[in-house]
Amino acid sequence: MSAVLKKGRKRPAAPVRVPDLAARLAPPPAAPMKNPGLSRARLLELHAFMRLNRMLEDKLSALYRQGKIVGGLYSSLGQESISVGTAYALLPDDLLAPMIRNIGSLLVRGVPPLTLFLQFLARHDAPTGGKDGTLHFDDLERSIIGPISVLGTLIPVMTGASLAARMRGETRVALTYIGDGGTSTGYFHEGLNLAAVLNLPLILIVENNGYAYSTPTTMQYAVESLAVKGPAYGVASESVDGTDVLAVYDATRRAAERGRRGEGPTLLECRAFRRRGHAEHDDMRYVPRELIAAWEKRDPLDRFEAFLVEEGHATRASLRAVAEGFEPVLEDASQKALASPFPPPEEALRDVYYEAT
Amino acid sequence: MAAGRKGRGRPRAVPRPEVPARPGRLEDEDMPAPDDALLLKMLHSMKLTRALEYRIERKLYRQGKIVGGVYVGRGQEAISVGAAVHIRRGEGEDRDDIVSPSHRDMAVFLMQGVPPERILAQYMGRSTGLTRGRDGNMHMGDLRHRLVAFISHLGDSIPVAAGCALTFVMRGTDQVSFCFFGEGATSRGDWHEGLNFAAVRRLPVVFICNNNQYAYSTHVSRQMRVERVSDRAAGYGIPGETADGNDLLAVYDRVGRAVRRARRGDGPSLLEFVTFRMTGHSAHDDAGYVPKAEFEEWGRKDPIERLQSALLRRGLVDKPALAGMEARIEADLDEAVAWAERQPYPEPEECLDGVYHEGGPGAGDGPQGESTAWR
Amino acid sequence: MALTTYVEAIRQGIWEEMERDKRVFILGEDVGVYGGAFKVTEGMLAKFGEDRVIDTPISESAIVGAAIGAALLGMRPIAEMQFIDFISCAFDQITNFAAKNRYRWGAGVPMVIRGPSGGGVHGGPYHSQNPEMYFVHTPGLKVVAPATAYDAKGLIKAAIRDEDPVIYLEHKYLYRRIKEELPKEDYVVPIGVAAVRREGRDLAILTYGAMLYQALEAAEVLAKEEGVETEVVDLRSLLPLDKDAILNAAKKTGKVLVVHEDTRTGGIAGEIAAIINEEVFEYLDGPVLRVTAPDTPVPYSPPLEEFFLPNKEKILKAARQLAAY
Repeated sequence: MSAVLKKGRKRPAAPVRVPDLAARLAPPPAAPMKNPGLSRARLLELHAFMRLNRMLEDKLSALYRQGKIVGGLYSSLGQESISVGTAYALLPDDLLAPMIRNIGSLLVRGVPPLTLFLQFLARHDAPTGGKDGTLHFDDLERSIIGPISVLGTLIPVMTGASLAARMRGETRVALTYIGDGGTSTGYFHEGLNLAAVLNLPLILIVENNGYAYSTPTTMQYAVESLAVKGPAYGVASESVDGTDVLAVYDATRRAAERGRRGEGPTLLECRAFRRRGHAEHDDMRYVPRELIAAWEKRDPLDRFEAFLVEEGHATRASLRAVAEGFEPVLEDASQKALASPFPPPEEALRDVYYEAT
Repeated sequence: MAAGRKGRGRPRAVPRPEVPARPGRLEDEDMPAPDDALLLKMLHSMKLTRALEYRIERKLYRQGKIVGGVYVGRGQEAISVGAAVHIRRGEGEDRDDIVSPSHRDMAVFLMQGVPPERILAQYMGRSTGLTRGRDGNMHMGDLRHRLVAFISHLGDSIPVAAGCALTFVMRGTDQVSFCFFGEGATSRGDWHEGLNFAAVRRLPVVFICNNNQYAYSTHVSRQMRVERVSDRAAGYGIPGETADGNDLLAVYDRVGRAVRRARRGDGPSLLEFVTFRMTGHSAHDDAGYVPKAEFEEWGRKDPIERLQSALLRRGLVDKPALAGMEARIEADLDEAVAWAERQPYPEPEECLDGVYHEGGPGAGDGPQGESTAWR
Repeated sequence: MALTTYVEAIRQGIWEEMERDKRVFILGEDVGVYGGAFKVTEGMLAKFGEDRVIDTPISESAIVGAAIGAALLGMRPIAEMQFIDFISCAFDQITNFAAKNRYRWGAGVPMVIRGPSGGGVHGGPYHSQNPEMYFVHTPGLKVVAPATAYDAKGLIKAAIRDEDPVIYLEHKYLYRRIKEELPKEDYVVPIGVAAVRREGRDLAILTYGAMLYQALEAAEVLAKEEGVETEVVDLRSLLPLDKDAILNAAKKTGKVLVVHEDTRTGGIAGEIAAIINEEVFEYLDGPVLRVTAPDTPVPYSPPLEEFFLPNKEKILKAARQLAAY
């Protein structure tokens, strides 16, 4: 069956390229931030992790421009509130699986900056020994399972990890992330469906940052909010302002409680915007400039700092001091990493299989 | 053929709105009921399917005359028939719809014009079966009958059906792609990717889910957490509906509406028809895991019985006419079986043929030198 | 005269086929607005429109599946895998649907699945793979791997015009590193035919992809320093293999070295050695040797990756060993 295309028949295909893209992806109106009952100390800790996240990535970016980073570098600028807010709502032994833009969650878990520098610099002392880069590493002591490049695969994996925890009588919940683009993968579907049917305490953070590489969400799926996918799997769901770290924290906390009560998974959409390219090399010329500008005004760190100052928890000076305090920490860690040796070549053959020691 | 146009000539241009439409509802469609002739035709198709599958599963298989497994759609015929009657056919490559059936959809093959004897030859592994003995049971297809052959990996056909619809959109026609699958297949990643792709590009696909409540031994409550398969539709931004799969008129109505929607360019729909698998997963499976009471309960809702009773009450048929219909069906099947049993097996060396196109690029017999399906 | 890079050659080939045959279209992630992660499809959205250059969701299975559906209806889709490593997400559709369709029910699937393969760019385990053998092992598919700009263009055209599903493996290391002058007229490089890149009587190296250049460099050293003349054969097609070219090289030289960037076990060198062994054993003056990557995932850190990848030095070592027989 091979109809020859007749000349002159012109009919537009389903126009998925929406003319008012900038309007469609613009930030929704911001509600004022509300403290969900955190003490000042905890609020300041939350802030510190976000600031550290931002500064660490700035450092990585600087190293990238110096040609020192091996491979690609993926930024979470403008989304630190999601990485930090979600991880902060978990208990230390809850299972956590970050994706490529979730360095903040690792910092909350206590992974030292040095570890991340070693990973991005491909050094021998990195957790993967230089076998793989970025966040593709596990830290089982800290209940962290690392991703691979195939998007969506963490979801079935964390479903299984959560199942194992339950089989062992543990009350740990499992949390992982997926981007707006990743929700189109079959892995997302199979993983979430299985978690739902088995009623596991899986928290799936859907980090909707508007773009998957050059593909805007209007071309990724046909729904408005990804939260509608929750009922489509029979699970609870919510959509929150991803640039509001307190809203993210609170919603995650609720999801964790839900899971611990035995009420199954939660799909939590956190809306933000990818303010840099897909990776460092991408100049994102396909993104309307006014969109980036609009979301810059919703910078999560700026918002939170304004909140802290207004509520009397900090001053501009004390917040600046936090940043200044991290400078030497990050400088020291990056220098250590740069001075750290590369792996010896024959390491390439090690650990393909279990090696008895 | 169903109410609806049978226009010749150029396919209509399908205008599309600028912004992706809201999912919409199928109730918005105006769908007339089938006329008497069509009702009788559909009844006949259901009865033929039932009789043919009975022959294959309960007679020939037990006599050892079938090669490999047998998968029938007993009790689910209303879904295949009520849907297939909407498939536009016999109007040429620019007009005909295309259909991707699953293993419970024998009726679709019959209604697309595949004669029973070819299906029997297929089940018997003969060289005149639709796959010339290359594949068994329902894994058959024929592009001349607009049938895409599915594979054992359930769910894989969904993106393929979407791709056919994509082609219709690219060519500017109002052809529709019909896609059949069970509730089990909806758990697969390929199902998800296919639906999302069809939804975001607003492709003319009608997704028809035969929810017969068991995927082998897995009850639907262990397959998904949602109450209804159609609950999934909102997750893709498309309309979804559930109806009684043993009510032929309900199937006819819902599918008809979804087809109209698709032809108009408003995109795909997800239809779920709840029925019951009145046999095992396959002929060798005694379905001991199904409580007997369920078989009894659903047996009382048999779709053929229901339609027949309704038509008898209306006076559209009488008992002698039905008996006559049945007798003719049986006689035709006797001939078909006899024909199939006479068919040769393929030659052993034929195993090596047909892996690749033969003759190099452009050496096929299609209009642009491409290869086409077997004659 | 203008030199065309390998990546530009692929782009030209696709472009010309899109102009020549309205049935050809492209689908994949970031292929339209972005022009493709490596710019293979740059400019095509503007020229051919949204209907024929389709930006898809992240759905490799649906990308390939939809391509199958379209091909069944007579279109000629080119499905892009952004990095060939992600072809595994569509494994089922390729090996069980596309590959078996013609055999089972006579319906051919004329489609191309293409993407960048190979390492040497610090890509790590998921951006550096050579997955050819999963597909060479699947009857019903064709697999090609051009090493020159000329072949890149000629083979993409052949792949698009072929009646069967073709996996077209571009080596990302070669994208901008090699260039040559290309003919202006339309030409096709036939699938299933190898090319002799250098002639010699003493030793034959059979290879493909980026390794061709390592092999040529090694051949140069052998000639200059040891007076050993090496025949270098670029396989170009892995399925079907050019069996005649393989046997001729074995008969001509009696000493065969197979080089591939793919890992050792199950790599095509084993298959080639078996063919030579079965058919021209009497001509051999030494065993068929192979230089391959070891049986590990592709590591990320430069010293590890260097250890992993075959190179001129490793080829020279094996070649000298073979030449000494």
